[in-house]
Amino acid sequence: MKRKDFLYLSGMGMGALLLPNLSAFGTPIDPLQALDGVDVKIKKELADVALNAAKSKGATYADIRIGRYLNQFVATREKRVQGVANTESYGVGIRVLANGCWGFAATNNVTKDAIAKAAEQAVAVAKANAKIQGEPVQLAPQKGYGEVSWKTPIEINAFEVPVKEKVDLLLNVNDIAMQNGANFVNSVIFAVNEQKYFASTDGSYIDQDVHRIYPTFNVTKVDRESGKFKTRNALSAPSGKGYEYMHARPEDKVTGIVTRYKDRYDMLEDVKEAARVANEKVKAKSVEPGKYDLVLDPSHLWLTIHESVGHPTELDRVLGYEANYAGTSFLTLDKWESKKFKFGSDKVNIVADKTQVGSLGAVGYDDEGVKCKKWDLIKDGVLVSYQAIRDQAHIIGLTESNGCCYSQGWDDVQFQRMPNVSLQPGKEKLSVDDMIKNVEKGIYIIGDGSFSIDQQRYNFQFGGQIFYEIKEGKIVGMLNDVAYQANTQEFWNSCNSICDQSDYRLGGSFNDGKGQPSQSSAVSHGSSTARFNGVNVINTARKI
Amino acid sequence: MAILSKEEAQAILKKVIGFSKADSCEVSLNGSDGGNIRYARNAVSTAGQISTMSLGVSSTFGKKTGVATINEFDDASLQKVVKRAEELAMLAPENPEFMPPLGPQTFAESNTYNAKTAAMTPDTRAEMVGKSLSVSKAAGLDAAGFLENSTRFNAIMNSKGLFAYNKGTDVSFSVTVRNKQGTGSGYVEQGFNDLDKMDTLALSKIAASKANGSAGAKAIEPGKYTVILEPLAASDIIGNMFRGFDARSADEGRSFMSKKGGGTRLGEQLFSENVNIYSDPMNTEIPSSTFTGEGLPVKRTQWVEKGIVKNLSYSRYWAAQKNVQPLPFSRSMVIEGGTQSLEDLIKSTEKGILVTRFWYIRSVDPQTLLLTGLTRDGTFYIENGEIKFPIKNFRFNESPVIMLNNVEALGKPVRTGSGLIPPMKIRDFTFTSLSDAI
Repeated sequence: MKRKDFLYLSGMGMGALLLPNLSAFGTPIDPLQALDGVDVKIKKELADVALNAAKSKGATYADIRIGRYLNQFVATREKRVQGVANTESYGVGIRVLANGCWGFAATNNVTKDAIAKAAEQAVAVAKANAKIQGEPVQLAPQKGYGEVSWKTPIEINAFEVPVKEKVDLLLNVNDIAMQNGANFVNSVIFAVNEQKYFASTDGSYIDQDVHRIYPTFNVTKVDRESGKFKTRNALSAPSGKGYEYMHARPEDKVTGIVTRYKDRYDMLEDVKEAARVANEKVKAKSVEPGKYDLVLDPSHLWLTIHESVGHPTELDRVLGYEANYAGTSFLTLDKWESKKFKFGSDKVNIVADKTQVGSLGAVGYDDEGVKCKKWDLIKDGVLVSYQAIRDQAHIIGLTESNGCCYSQGWDDVQFQRMPNVSLQPGKEKLSVDDMIKNVEKGIYIIGDGSFSIDQQRYNFQFGGQIFYEIKEGKIVGMLNDVAYQANTQEFWNSCNSICDQSDYRLGGSFNDGKGQPSQSSAVSHGSSTARFNGVNVINTARKI
Repeated sequence: MAILSKEEAQAILKKVIGFSKADSCEVSLNGSDGGNIRYARNAVSTAGQISTMSLGVSSTFGKKTGVATINEFDDASLQKVVKRAEELAMLAPENPEFMPPLGPQTFAESNTYNAKTAAMTPDTRAEMVGKSLSVSKAAGLDAAGFLENSTRFNAIMNSKGLFAYNKGTDVSFSVTVRNKQGTGSGYVEQGFNDLDKMDTLALSKIAASKANGSAGAKAIEPGKYTVILEPLAASDIIGNMFRGFDARSADEGRSFMSKKGGGTRLGEQLFSENVNIYSDPMNTEIPSSTFTGEGLPVKRTQWVEKGIVKNLSYSRYWAAQKNVQPLPFSRSMVIEGGTQSLEDLIKSTEKGILVTRFWYIRSVDPQTLLLTGLTRDGTFYIENGEIKFPIKNFRFNESPVIMLNNVEALGKPVRTGSGLIPPMKIRDFTFTSLSDAI
């Protein structure tokens, strides 16, 4: 079941459901019913049926993904549980190369006959499209791994934690918000388990069990007298972890003017601060527009990295495959070929990494059977590589894929998606306090807010959750109505310092959209707090 | 085949309701059948044919509701899904906002279905995309586009005797045409229920013309300008405003429709006098379903009249709290316009900017509905009633509420997205910075 169908159901007057705006849902099921994956021997048999059927019809390459996708949502508002839903989606997707062209077909009928038929359909689609195809697809070679497996290293399976425990936590979160002055609060825990089996004519049979979790809330403070209202969202990051993410230890807390979180999250503590901050935001002064030095917390900077580095280094965008939807990229091949395109200052080192533990994008193998790895995108400020998959590798002279192919479900074709893309910490010891001490006129921004960037990723504008004014090395108060605008290249070249590894944290997106029909993927972005000098800040206050 | 007739759907739903042991039961059945072609760099990149049908069951004991869905339709599966919904209902917490199912209602017969659209095949789609590609190839340009069609139905029934059925068709097309140098880009997007209205050749020619015409764009200073928004651009911005017409969030003080000191701005003159907005599922240009997911009839509703907000939407729960009638919102919004064409609006403009479309629109401030985003795929400078030259794209920071207060003229409405929207001439539109993107 797709998102639009699920949202339709939620509009039926069905009180038990209230779903966030998220993609790729499945059929509601008993929470524990699908936790035991399908026997790997059975999956191998089914996979061989597809691969043999495709080859017998003329495919020169074929792969099959047998996927079971589980989601669980628990959503509350103030004292009410708005929805509890468990969903499952199970089926197979088969991709083939025939006559030099891709073909794809999918079925939720997981039987040998239906799979063979789908494989034949995929070949037929490839042959039909080959008639209007340009150059034949060139696939980077990939060795077969035989029978291998990979699992997200979780301590507690979120699907095995009773719904009541999650409900109690969220109602407690809401209660704390209301007791601390909030007028409204919504809170949600969203858990995902992707049980994915991949096989290809290269000789790989890859079984993977992927877990992700995302707790979040939104607190609203209304001042009836002035007619103003302000919100603050959770400072949690969606994470590639199990339910242990909800059990924060002292070492997971980053103290400062607001507490932030590293590897685990304290939702109760965060909501208490959120209610306090929302109260303060109603009274905070409006920003004076102008040039400021920005000190950006990782809870904020992840989104700037995502939009201004992650997307423009996607090779399919560079080549024009997203031109009709998400756009192209200013990082054209000639800039990469020059080997001296100055993307950012010398301090800027940005890596792609599909292996980072605890990240949303971490898997052992991508969705076309390539073992995942880490590689440089920006080295000492210079553009050195892109994100490529098997049919793009030759374009940038690679002999193998970067391993960043992904599909949101068994019934969608896999294509190039962003790996975790992260700013490397500074090499010299530098704390946030030390950084702020050296700022004459600046703004310290924590948490992500409004975001917008053009279709080639030059001009962007970002808001945030909390804005603190810095004057002569000290935080002097809270600001409202702040957004900064910049050109990507100028912005990254203005990066003058980055805190060290001890401040490094991950943020991320649970639902990054791309493609037509649009697909969703989850990706993390890490950084330490970083400073950018002389950035243009606008005032977003209006009267209506 | 995933498209059931009214009688076939009714038979399945009756059977499901018959299996229910809950205090009340609501069931929905929906299916779709369709396909798509995606292309880029003047060649097909992916294509698909998708057929799906699913059943949703909502069972309630007291105020405890459970939901389950399934996509198998033998008797055992139907019994299983009902049982599962009832088990979930027993586990669920009470919903204090639960509203009991509606009794039988009367619905107008919609005009959302078109037989020719329903008969589309992979060959039809290939032919339509071929026409688009012929334009870009002949002109030495690059096209990237997406064509999609679907036939769909949905039916609902509940244990209090309500039943409703609707069948519809859609075909949508969009294409971005760029020159080989990457210095010009043009875009079109259209959607209809009726295939005969879709002309991929003519639309692609417009996109190609804009791609050539937008090459060599000049930079002009950001600031406040008179803009002529093509219907797609106007729709992109105004669509963000409609969700603010929800009575509950206005009453709660967290919407642009909330009033200082409490209450809502219903009845206030919020926009220019020439702004009239209504929805009507029977509008022949933009027909939509005549019932909501829970079975409320959807009827013609005037939302804004001469700039005054005349109605807010009320869910059944919130209507009961406020002692008013429920009023569902509609997707098929119509902004009334005049008879002038886009060219007429350009001719009447001394100095201004023509905007083809906007991109990456996001909310900056929910209090004022301030939005930000950028122009894209064809932005032009107008002087003395003529397009003079292409200009570089701008970032805007503007509220649709402020924008609809600054309306100078409205042209003839056309279907765009899920609305019927006129081209608009707006004064003092705020552009805040330049973009180098093409």
